[in-house]
Amino acid sequence: MVESVPLSWRLQRQRYNLIGTRCATCDERFFPPRNFCPSCRRKGKIEPFQFSGRGSVESFTVIRVAPSGFESQTPYAVGIIKLDEGTSISGQIVGDVTRVEMGKRVRPVFRRIREDGKEGVIHYGVKWALEG
Amino acid sequence: MNVAVVGGGATKMGEHWTQSLRDLSTEAGAKALQDAGIEGKDIEALFIGTMSSGRFIGQEHLGALAVDEAGLTPIPATRCEGACASGSLAFRKAYLAIRSGEYDIVMAAGGEKMTDIKGPEAISALMGAGDQEWESSAGLTFSGLYAMMARAYMKRYGLTREELALVPIKNHFHGLKNPLAQFQFPVTVKQVMESALIADPLRLLDCSPITDGAAAVILVSDRVAKRFKNPMWILGSGQASDTLALHNRKSLTEIPSSRIAAEKAYAQAGVSPGKIDVAEVHDCFSIEEILAYEDLGFAERGKGKDLLVNKETYVGGRLPVNTDGGLKLGHPVGATGIKQIIEIMRQLRGDAYTQVKGARIGLAHNIGGSGATALVHIFGTEPGGRHG
Ligand SMILES: [Zn+2]
Repeated sequence: MVESVPLSWRLQRQRYNLIGTRCATCDERFFPPRNFCPSCRRKGKIEPFQFSGRGSVESFTVIRVAPSGFESQTPYAVGIIKLDEGTSISGQIVGDVTRVEMGKRVRPVFRRIREDGKEGVIHYGVKWALEG
Repeated sequence: MNVAVVGGGATKMGEHWTQSLRDLSTEAGAKALQDAGIEGKDIEALFIGTMSSGRFIGQEHLGALAVDEAGLTPIPATRCEGACASGSLAFRKAYLAIRSGEYDIVMAAGGEKMTDIKGPEAISALMGAGDQEWESSAGLTFSGLYAMMARAYMKRYGLTREELALVPIKNHFHGLKNPLAQFQFPVTVKQVMESALIADPLRLLDCSPITDGAAAVILVSDRVAKRFKNPMWILGSGQASDTLALHNRKSLTEIPSSRIAAEKAYAQAGVSPGKIDVAEVHDCFSIEEILAYEDLGFAERGKGKDLLVNKETYVGGRLPVNTDGGLKLGHPVGATGIKQIIEIMRQLRGDAYTQVKGARIGLAHNIGGSGATALVHIFGTEPGGRHG
């Protein structure tokens, strides 16, 4: 499916700068950002929180049969990245797919995420690269 | 108020290029009416599950479409959506509608027409059940999400790739006698291991197929149940939710919504996991059947594979699971939950294609997405449980 321009635009702060949120009441960190703390509920105080994007591979897979928009990229690795500042996020892991392992350290890199056809928008955002 | 299932029917699971979703839904509905021995005019309301008819065939408003096509207007018709659990969601809504006292005879149905669009489009449509902003944008697929659970589970509990292959081997074996199954061939460990990698470590034979199909059942109140032979009683019904995205879960080696839905259903039914004679569990990908054994209380954490190694979940074993072949042999997402309930109904009344001898209590487990929605239903040959 084509990703809409407004959606991509709305997510810029998250995708380009890794800005999530934090609940000042309980210190839980949210990425992607939540505007409501599920634990503190009405007592929660949400504020912006800058993630470094560094973390480790909690689990991963190598996609060989892709959804539309990603067919030309196969095989590509996708993982759940456990971020150092707390919480986890799904993301592509760039580079040699045979080098990815659970527990390996990763850092964020800014990359092209997908293209919506020849005429369409090119979406950019964060992916992850193995450290070292 | 007790509620019973008194009939059901499904289409063949497969690629039905010559049949539309209307054709399939009408066929399933007609089979269910015939099985129950009633007529369309006896139905007071319809609940129908479909996950993504809009993405698959451009058609929404499935409730109206189904009653229109079946000639059942003007009865109320409601579409229910909970991704791959849409079918059981429709079933639970029908059950609750009867319990409310509003109706005595209700049809719960489900249908999906998935093969009209190309493979990558279908994979993308199914990802509508995940988190669009972060999972889909990373190029994830449902096989990819379950692959990450499989890898985490294999590392944590030492499950081998060969042991994981025991799930499709069992389910293909069970499906051999099911004429409605999408595939009817046995598979070996070697065939599973040599089938194409889809999302490491999951291979083609670990994945449920893209399927067209529909299924329907008739639910009735205890006020009218005596008119029917072989009613299957609903003893318990549980539903639970979790985070939409897999990355927001505390653990990748369990589906808490399955466990919570099961606890609710067991408590309402007043039965323990050990009392279940036959079960249908949501084996969308091989790993999920093993997670389900543990989430439903059939095995301890990390020990789910033992039920396969010791053949306890084969027909003839202690607790046969997916006796019709499960989702491996057809997963028309909106219809799946109803298809599972039909198999339990056949088992409890004794006319299943592969019969479990003397089955009296059965369980059906259906989940949506990577476990953001889960439903568990428990059934018995005799009424029971707490239904206020
Ligand atoms: Zn908080």
